[in-house]
Amino acid sequence: MSAITIRSRNRAWAKFKANRLAMLGAVLVLFFVVVALIAPLIAGADPFKTSFTAIRKAPSAAHWLGTDELGRDLFSRMLFGARASLMAGLVSVLIALAVGVPLGLIAGYFGKWTDAVISRFTEAALAIPFLILAIALAAFLGPSLINAMIAIGVSAAPRFIRITRGQVLAVKNEDYVQSAKALGASDTRIILRHILPNVMPPLIVQATITIATAIIAEASLSFLGLGLQPPNPSWGSMLNTAKNFMSQAPWMSIFPGSAIFLVVLGFNLLGDGLRDALDPRQKT
Amino acid sequence: MLKLILNRILVAIPTLLLVSVIVFTLQKILPGDPVLTLAGEERDPVVLQYLRDKYHLDDPLPVQYGAWVMQVIQGDLGKSLRTDVPVTTLIAQKLPVTLQLASMAMLFALLIGIPAGIIAAVRKGTYIEMGANMVALSGMSVPGFWLGILLIMLVSVQWQLLPASGYVPPGQDLWLSLKTMVMPAFVLSTAIAAYLMRHTRSSMLEALSADYVRTARAKGVSPRGVVLHHALRNALMPIVTLVTLLFGELLAGAVLTEQVFTIPGFGKLMVDAVFNRDYAVVQGVVLVVAVGFIFMNLLADVLYVLVNPRLRHA
Repeated sequence: MSAITIRSRNRAWAKFKANRLAMLGAVLVLFFVVVALIAPLIAGADPFKTSFTAIRKAPSAAHWLGTDELGRDLFSRMLFGARASLMAGLVSVLIALAVGVPLGLIAGYFGKWTDAVISRFTEAALAIPFLILAIALAAFLGPSLINAMIAIGVSAAPRFIRITRGQVLAVKNEDYVQSAKALGASDTRIILRHILPNVMPPLIVQATITIATAIIAEASLSFLGLGLQPPNPSWGSMLNTAKNFMSQAPWMSIFPGSAIFLVVLGFNLLGDGLRDALDPRQKT
Repeated sequence: MLKLILNRILVAIPTLLLVSVIVFTLQKILPGDPVLTLAGEERDPVVLQYLRDKYHLDDPLPVQYGAWVMQVIQGDLGKSLRTDVPVTTLIAQKLPVTLQLASMAMLFALLIGIPAGIIAAVRKGTYIEMGANMVALSGMSVPGFWLGILLIMLVSVQWQLLPASGYVPPGQDLWLSLKTMVMPAFVLSTAIAAYLMRHTRSSMLEALSADYVRTARAKGVSPRGVVLHHALRNALMPIVTLVTLLFGELLAGAVLTEQVFTIPGFGKLMVDAVFNRDYAVVQGVVLVVAVGFIFMNLLADVLYVLVNPRLRHA
């Protein structure tokens, strides 16, 4: 690693640290990650245990966030729900990256008909609104958390193809790429060693923001019954049941929704901060 | 101008064809034999073979695709497996409802997003800007269906101000129609309003630092005049195209909003079809939305040239 990259990394980190909203985002994200990891240790109650003597009880000392329509402890279900949400966000974005980045690299680097084919398909896929495509895919694949993640990941992939391709086009004719070519480096080596590192900053930013989108999308699919299946807890499916008890048990709606809102806000703040620090050219 | 429009239409055709390929592929990922779903409980071999022939299921995939596309071009999206009503009829019934919802949502988004963006840009570096940014990010982060549930709990159940759900056609009772639609439209508008605010802000910031703004200031135009006449006019140009593109997002968001407020629109049609495994309807909805989106893209390109005199003769 050269001195220049270290210096620019330090500058990016200093910029990020000075951004209070970005730090708030990082703290929010970290909080939910820790909660998801240690959920079994702090849950207290079994998230699956029903109790017909404690149906739809308001928050109390025994049940901090109240209980649901089957008398299950909402606090425990919320904690385990964090796992479903974060995993969905992360895995869908990994799928989107795994599909999108190689295709974007290939389209941008090789150009010509390869680019034409990939780009036309990307445009066509982008013509279908993200959530509609995700719902349709999830519907055809069948309802489960894994299928929801595949549906969201595949629907988000075109964005990554487009960003990667654009970035490759921007650096492909730089001197260092041309000289690597002149020295006889293979295409694979040039793509992986010289082009990919330059594509990373905007990808990191986009990935962070897409985690936020993916978490909302997973909650939406679960809300429609297309995500994690009951009795497993997910914030979206908890809201789906909660909407039937809006006046009798408002806490059933308030807490899972707030959790989705906070974790998504965290990722959005983090993404904004990363963009300012890593990729100052791109605004808004 | 005409040449530009024709050119855009020509470019849109391959995209349309590829969208149809994607939508066609959707039905192919369905696990199991679709004929078994279609035929129901009695699996009479004669019926099965009839259905296979009807949908060309024994032919190679490209032939199947060709047959399907020819039908679609003639305006035949198939029939609902549940109700036997043509998919096009269903969509034609539900689309106006969603268009009303989406238009009202867009109106709200413009009324909130653009002034907020202007204020954030003019008050750059103050707590007002930070607050506006925070509100915008919150708007982008709040799940619309949850906001809908909260508003129903507060406005309809607690305060009993607005109806909690349903739909009244504007032709039947305009006032009641607007009253029923106001809450869902607001919910649907939040994400778009936030997006518009952020774009207006950055577009305004750029315009405010331009030479012509400095010139206007130097010749003594009032600060208000500079912002409203000189900067805003230029800043709004990219926003015009953005608005057309965001309409597609509104259609997607409507799926959940309509579910929460039980509005019998396009999105509800799709969700109900998903639950009933009425795949022809799901496919039809996706196709229509995509075609609408491509059309909006086309419109955005044309509008961009129309509002930007510099490009008109290019």
